[in-house]
Amino acid sequence: MATAALAHDAAGHHGDAHELSFIRKYIFSTDHKIIGIQFLLMSLIFLGIGGFAAMMIRWQLGFPGEAFPGGALLPETMAPGGIVLPEFYNSLVTMHGTLMVFFAVMPLLVGVFGNFLIPLKIGAPDMAFPRLNMWSFWIAVPAGILMMAGFFVEGGHAAAGWTSYAPLSAIGEYSGVYTGQQIWLLSLAMLGLSSILGATNYITTVVNLRAPGMGWFRLPLSIWALFVTAILVLLAIPILSGAAIMLFFDQTIGTHFFDATGGGQPLLWQHLFWYFGHPEVYILILPAMGVVSDIIANGSRKPIFGYHSMVYAIIAIAFLGWIVWGHHMFQSGMNPSLGMTFMISTLLIAVPSAIKTFNWMGTMWRGQLNFHVPMLHAITFVSMFVIGGLSGVFMASTPVDIYIHDTYFIVAHIHYVLFGGSLFAIYAAVTFWYPKMFGRLMDPFWGKVHWILTLIAFNVTFFPMHTIGAQGHMRRIYDPNQYEFLQPLQGTNTLITIGALVLFGSQFIFILNFVISWFTGAKASANPWDDNGLEWTVPSPPPHGNFATVPNVYHAPYEFSSPLVEEDFLPQNRKLDGTVGSADTPAAG
Amino acid sequence: MGWLLPPSASTYAGDIDFLYYLILVITGIAFVIVEVGILWFVVRYRARPGGRAEYTHGNMRAEVIWTAIPAVTVVALGIMSAGVWNDVKGRHSVPDDALAYGLHAQQFEWHFTHPGADGQLDTSDDITVRNQLHVPVNRPVWIRMRSEDVIHSFFVPAFRVKQDVVPGMVTQVWFEATETGEFEIACAELCGLGHYRMGATVTVHSAEDFNAWVAAQALAAQAQ
Amino acid sequence: MRRTLAVVIVGLLAACGGGGETSGGDGGSAATSMPAAAPLGTASISGVISFDGTAPANPVIDMSEESACAAKYADGAVNPIVQVADGKLANAFVRITAGLPAGPYPAPTGAAVVDQDGCLYHPRVLGVMTGQDLEIRNSDPLLHNIKAVPTANRGFNISQPQAGMTTTRSFRVPEVMVPLECSVHGWMNAYVGVVEHPYFATSGSDGSFTIAGLPAGSYTLEAWHETLGTQTLQVEVADGGKAAADFTFRSN
Repeated sequence: MATAALAHDAAGHHGDAHELSFIRKYIFSTDHKIIGIQFLLMSLIFLGIGGFAAMMIRWQLGFPGEAFPGGALLPETMAPGGIVLPEFYNSLVTMHGTLMVFFAVMPLLVGVFGNFLIPLKIGAPDMAFPRLNMWSFWIAVPAGILMMAGFFVEGGHAAAGWTSYAPLSAIGEYSGVYTGQQIWLLSLAMLGLSSILGATNYITTVVNLRAPGMGWFRLPLSIWALFVTAILVLLAIPILSGAAIMLFFDQTIGTHFFDATGGGQPLLWQHLFWYFGHPEVYILILPAMGVVSDIIANGSRKPIFGYHSMVYAIIAIAFLGWIVWGHHMFQSGMNPSLGMTFMISTLLIAVPSAIKTFNWMGTMWRGQLNFHVPMLHAITFVSMFVIGGLSGVFMASTPVDIYIHDTYFIVAHIHYVLFGGSLFAIYAAVTFWYPKMFGRLMDPFWGKVHWILTLIAFNVTFFPMHTIGAQGHMRRIYDPNQYEFLQPLQGTNTLITIGALVLFGSQFIFILNFVISWFTGAKASANPWDDNGLEWTVPSPPPHGNFATVPNVYHAPYEFSSPLVEEDFLPQNRKLDGTVGSADTPAAG
Repeated sequence: MGWLLPPSASTYAGDIDFLYYLILVITGIAFVIVEVGILWFVVRYRARPGGRAEYTHGNMRAEVIWTAIPAVTVVALGIMSAGVWNDVKGRHSVPDDALAYGLHAQQFEWHFTHPGADGQLDTSDDITVRNQLHVPVNRPVWIRMRSEDVIHSFFVPAFRVKQDVVPGMVTQVWFEATETGEFEIACAELCGLGHYRMGATVTVHSAEDFNAWVAAQALAAQAQ
Repeated sequence: MRRTLAVVIVGLLAACGGGGETSGGDGGSAATSMPAAAPLGTASISGVISFDGTAPANPVIDMSEESACAAKYADGAVNPIVQVADGKLANAFVRITAGLPAGPYPAPTGAAVVDQDGCLYHPRVLGVMTGQDLEIRNSDPLLHNIKAVPTANRGFNISQPQAGMTTTRSFRVPEVMVPLECSVHGWMNAYVGVVEHPYFATSGSDGSFTIAGLPAGSYTLEAWHETLGTQTLQVEVADGGKAAADFTFRSN
């Protein structure tokens, strides 16, 4: 099980022994907490860029024919007179999805909280491989820079969607994009390596470095979720990397994997991409579900309802996530019999999600609800994710999917689960663990203002997308007014755009709160939320090596309002005489 | 408008729409249960001074109930959907008496080949028209589709028809229009910079008008 | 791969890219005349391209689904693939392929212009020098895309969704001919002859062409047509002289 001693890496860099240079401490750091914060800063920047791309998309849809404010600064190849060209619009759509999925949400959940939380919450001094961890971040950075470079090359950036279907993506002549598409693939291959290194670290750390007493069923759900997610990453990302290499070869050295004119199969790309892509979206939601569980238990002052069911639901979602990929391909021309099988598995995946939703509600039931800012976001997660999950039922039914595939109904679903779900969970988690990261608290008033504005603007933006989708409004359409049946929807498109502009603007409140609190926020004690996790038993921020002595774990992770103590929380490492190995808390193993 | 689907004009649209509305009702009920539940809990269980939360780790019976009900519901939906899917897209779904058409999709046009007066495709009287499809009402139509370049998707919202057109493959679609009139066709798979403007029109004719149209095309072809 | 790597490095250094994407330009006139360049001599070669026999019928264009373009044609549009009037062939591209003094010949500052009007390219056939700006205009109130499919040069595929838009591109290496296509309107074709010197011309509707400013010499002349093939002629011209070079095409 856990090694008791504080690990020393070969270079012997540990806190009180040497004073590290600024560069070694904050730039090329091997400390998981610093690396987590580095991922946080990088991802927030890409969240902003991805959001900005969305603003240009929405401007075109909401105010067609009107120049985007500041658009005159863009070159003629992108937006002459400030009005985006159709090919640039397709690039914006592509890059919005790409940046949000790969450079914002995935690193925010997996890179930030995987890194920051895992060692702290399992009682370890750092990750199993601290230097590999450093490499994981420092490979992600050039991947991001390379991705941005695609905007500056001749022919423009990739414009075949974040899904990059071949042969549009394979043969430059069809889109006018040559180098941009190649850059997209190389960047993602690089980022994939970063993710694989990280996942290897997380799995090894959780398996090997848990503190004494931290049995599997004493792990907080955030750690369970991150652990299972890491397994998904390890199995899914290499598929994308392989497919990306094959597509790159089609573009550059004359292979024809996906190019029908050379005997290749366009559908092969779709199978490979979605075999990665579906587990990818569970990579984007499972850690969110994990942190939300931690925070709802804390905000309700109650144990998580159905902890074991929650663990099995995480595993079930991950497992089922491997056998649903074809639901992205129902109308693709693949054998219709596969439509049947993928429909069944896709419908089934609603069940563990339902289990989790009811268990979160059960956690709140008969609680003592404390609406701190993380709790507000966490409850919003449940409420918005449910909408996203329910909309998924429509598209799981293959005949209904005939109509709504590639319409805004899908876009609504994506954003309810990824923004309504993942991003609200990210806001909850960042606010919750901010004091542990930076030693200060984010301002709660501005936190609440940001929350309510985001909640309202989010729904104004994305709820109407269900209805325009139901009217048949296709995706990735530069000018819907070209179709008579879509012209009546212009008003709704404008409303959505206004919601989106307010939504984007509201995020600056969060960014300002984040930045300003770093310098002037109220100083945080070790445990400002009265939480049970091991991270709250060390100072805010924790020293290098985290724990002065290796903690011993005696309790389950969510022992709030336990009858054993007067306080309404019971840290996992708090020793109560005569309570070790009680019925509710199985012995370490 | 809103969540109501637009009017439809094909035989199987009704089955598809029925499933949509059934799912709308079921998910609507689930939506209300969850959202009202959350709101209720938020109000009812807010922290009160001196209060203590109920210390419980769960309830196995609740777990079983809220696992079984969703499971049974989705399985039922799956079975119902499977029947419709088989009718629309199954291997033997194309009616034997369907009129055969060809479609050649390319960036950014549709070329529809009509079977001509002899009612047979791949004969000398075939009529190929850019961005126009002419079909008779109340008669099944079967279209075999090819792409010249990239993946497109043949989408007729009013008929609830959608099928990707893939280079290197022949994909197919069938429908039976139930009303005369003109209906829009759209491309529903990103196919390049002109994707947004890859529209066409399907004109559903009465039987007499359809024959007249076919005859007129034949005359025009001779004149050329 | 090497090219890609170079681009990756350049991209990392945040190079601003794009070859010659400024819009506008001096706007040359119809491409039957040569680009203005300092002439090497005073001789010229002129000729008439004829068509022998009955010209093949040009296909009728179905513009019924593009009403804004269809409206520009009172009697319906025809695709002018073989344009013959009174036995004279237009849109033959003529250039000197041998006999010129060695280059390089500087590209002119003025642009050659191709316009999209009534969903057809005007002119259908034109010449530019390597490195010379080609200005593409849209005079139709609807989307055209301009897809260049060269084999030796770098291609492009760009859109012009509105009337009045102009885009400028250029070609770096000689290539005869670079096809231009519109994907929205599959019948639209144009052909750009990219030549390293200024001694080329396109025959007008009367079949005539002139190549001027030549030094005395013996030249090989090639006439190209998009469906009727290519023909060559050997021509000698003295200082200040005028030589004649007539071609006759017929149906294959």
